Amino acid sequence: MKTCYIHSVVSISAQDSFAEDGIISEIQEQADYKILAVHPPYRDFIPLSQLRRMSPAIKMGVAASKKALEKANVEQPDAIITGSGLGCMADTETFLNTLLENDEQFLTPTAFIQSTHNTVAGQIALGLKCKAYNTTYTHGSVSFESALVDAQLQIEAGEASNILIGGVDELGSEFVDYVHLVEQKQKQPIQVPLGEGATFCVLSSEKKEEAVAVLKAVEIHSKITDENIVAEMQAFLKRNKVDASDIDAVILGNNGDAFDVYYQNIEEVFPKIDFLQYKKHIGEFFTASAFAFWMGAQLIEGETLPKDFFIRKAESKSYKTVLLYNQFKGSQHSFVLLTQC
Amino acid sequence: MKKGVAITGMGIVSAIGCSVEENLQALLTSNSGLGILKHIQTHHKNSIKVGEVGFTNTEIAAKLNLPEDNNYTRTALLGSLAAKEALEQAEINDISTYRTGLISATTVGGMDMTEKYWKQFASNPEVQKYISSHHAGDSTKKIATLLGITGYVTTISTACSSAANAIMLGARLIKVGKLDRVVVGGTDALSKFTINGFKSLMILSETNCTPFDANRSGLNLGEAAAYLVLESDEVVAAQNKSVLAYVSGYGNANDAFHQTASSKTGEGAYLAMKKALEVAGLKSSEIDYVNAHGTATQNNDLSESIALQRIFKEKIPSFSSTKAFTGHTLAAAGAVEALFSILALQENCMFANLGFKTAMSETSLVPVTQLQKKELKHVLSNSFGFGGNCSTLLFSK
Repeated sequence: MKTCYIHSVVSISAQDSFAEDGIISEIQEQADYKILAVHPPYRDFIPLSQLRRMSPAIKMGVAASKKALEKANVEQPDAIITGSGLGCMADTETFLNTLLENDEQFLTPTAFIQSTHNTVAGQIALGLKCKAYNTTYTHGSVSFESALVDAQLQIEAGEASNILIGGVDELGSEFVDYVHLVEQKQKQPIQVPLGEGATFCVLSSEKKEEAVAVLKAVEIHSKITDENIVAEMQAFLKRNKVDASDIDAVILGNNGDAFDVYYQNIEEVFPKIDFLQYKKHIGEFFTASAFAFWMGAQLIEGETLPKDFFIRKAESKSYKTVLLYNQFKGSQHSFVLLTQC
Repeated sequence: MKKGVAITGMGIVSAIGCSVEENLQALLTSNSGLGILKHIQTHHKNSIKVGEVGFTNTEIAAKLNLPEDNNYTRTALLGSLAAKEALEQAEINDISTYRTGLISATTVGGMDMTEKYWKQFASNPEVQKYISSHHAGDSTKKIATLLGITGYVTTISTACSSAANAIMLGARLIKVGKLDRVVVGGTDALSKFTINGFKSLMILSETNCTPFDANRSGLNLGEAAAYLVLESDEVVAAQNKSVLAYVSGYGNANDAFHQTASSKTGEGAYLAMKKALEVAGLKSSEIDYVNAHGTATQNNDLSESIALQRIFKEKIPSFSSTKAFTGHTLAAAGAVEALFSILALQENCMFANLGFKTAMSETSLVPVTQLQKKELKHVLSNSFGFGGNCSTLLFSK
């Protein structure tokens, strides 16, 4: 079985993570209940003629994929796999509103064409003229991790050498308010803003000097009870022959709602190591956990993350093994294990 | 040649019936399910034909014993019915005995309810329960809960090739031993959103569609859900299970030509078929029947015909599109037609390409126009979608 190397990871988020050096120098405080990503100058990545028609999700996806491929020095990937929880929400809202407000009259197809969940992966393929394997996952908070599972399967089985994968979700303008509205009626609602972003990376079977980290393992679980979460996490580590004492840091998907108990249970297992969180700073959305993947890779590469991301920081040291754990409303759990090359 | 991954159960709800048996009877009697739209209010009602499932939402909810305050979308309702039948047919009583996954496909997810209540979401608490059922993973989550699947559960959305990719992924996961058993398929309900979307693209036919005909005038939309149960050889052997057929090959490629249109050379389709044959270790001459994507749009049918000519050269196997039975059921189409391909293998027959009269001048290809008996060993099924997504599945006895 081949090793799954990570050759590059880039992320567009509500923080300045897409900067040239990929280092966030200063944390932006998030005050609103919904926050946009820090959108880079897209004309550096996409011809203006195409840019006009593109929604934020497509722009983020195309720009992030270009940079990820460039950093990994890959021109044509052997597969393009994306994950998106809500797909192309902006075009969906546009088409739906036009259809309802115009009473099904005078509709043009552009927004409909671009509303499908696979639009981003399709546009990337079109831009690269890439005829390889192409698919899109859209399963709530494990949309990105589903893409990881597929990619790892192909790398390990030797079906592909270089795979472009990414997670992307856009804020849109209307549906997000409805989500916020019902969330506020919960007893203990989500306490972080709702957000958007895109994280893209190149996974490879090739061991290269510049490789960032290794994707050791990834698993998704539809349902786990909060009492069982520790046992399931330990079983995951055992299946992958990693001892709990090998873990240097855990990145958690806390969002302040009642289901944070899952993260608290995990925290209790590791009394001494570093704990990090991110949703406070980049927002909650279905592919937010892809940002944790970027953070994990940063840690292993030896980059410094702002202290605001740390829930707890032990002494400064190098990170060899990082565990990511995320869930949404008690379901769609994911474990990801990153290690040094 | 390896046998492939075993299929031990299947279930379907479509315009031609709400069980495998009902669908088979309609196929054997060449009885189309296309008709006038009943369950959705739209101005286009009288200018289109659709493949609609007969039951109302209330009727399906009753069949599933759902509480009255449920927030099931039609997509979830159809999916639940079909997935339940698949599990029953596979005689699975205790889901936890083996590592079981679920991979479901959908394009519009909960759009049928979203579009109904969009303008009320902000103000009407009664309908706000449908906000959380909008996203595409919701129907999958509900099906997983119904079937008791707690582990690997995910959703694929690659437009009209979605369910074919779900079946492909399931087969791959079984092959490498990541899962012992997996329920795979897709579900999509008709919606105003897709009706108007395809209408704005001007590819909806006013009459029953006529795939591969020279005078074809577009597609009919349909709604459906279909699921297969795939099991590893070990599970099949341990339980001495009867196998309906095998997933012997699969291929996924991108046409990389246009966001919605297929290329003139049918490159994506050709590559998908080529890969599927390679995975199965089959020569193109060993394919006995092709269940084509055949949507009956000008663009698809010509592009697919050319791809067929490229892969099969002068020896094109018997082929037909079953879209004139069910309509184009979008994300579910790949699973619906996988199931029809398996029925074809079981019954040793090829289903009629309804409505065909005249071969198109560019290719002169003539599909199977009436139900035809023939000993079948290997059946190929195509599914193509927006975004250039092309997928091919191979089913073998």
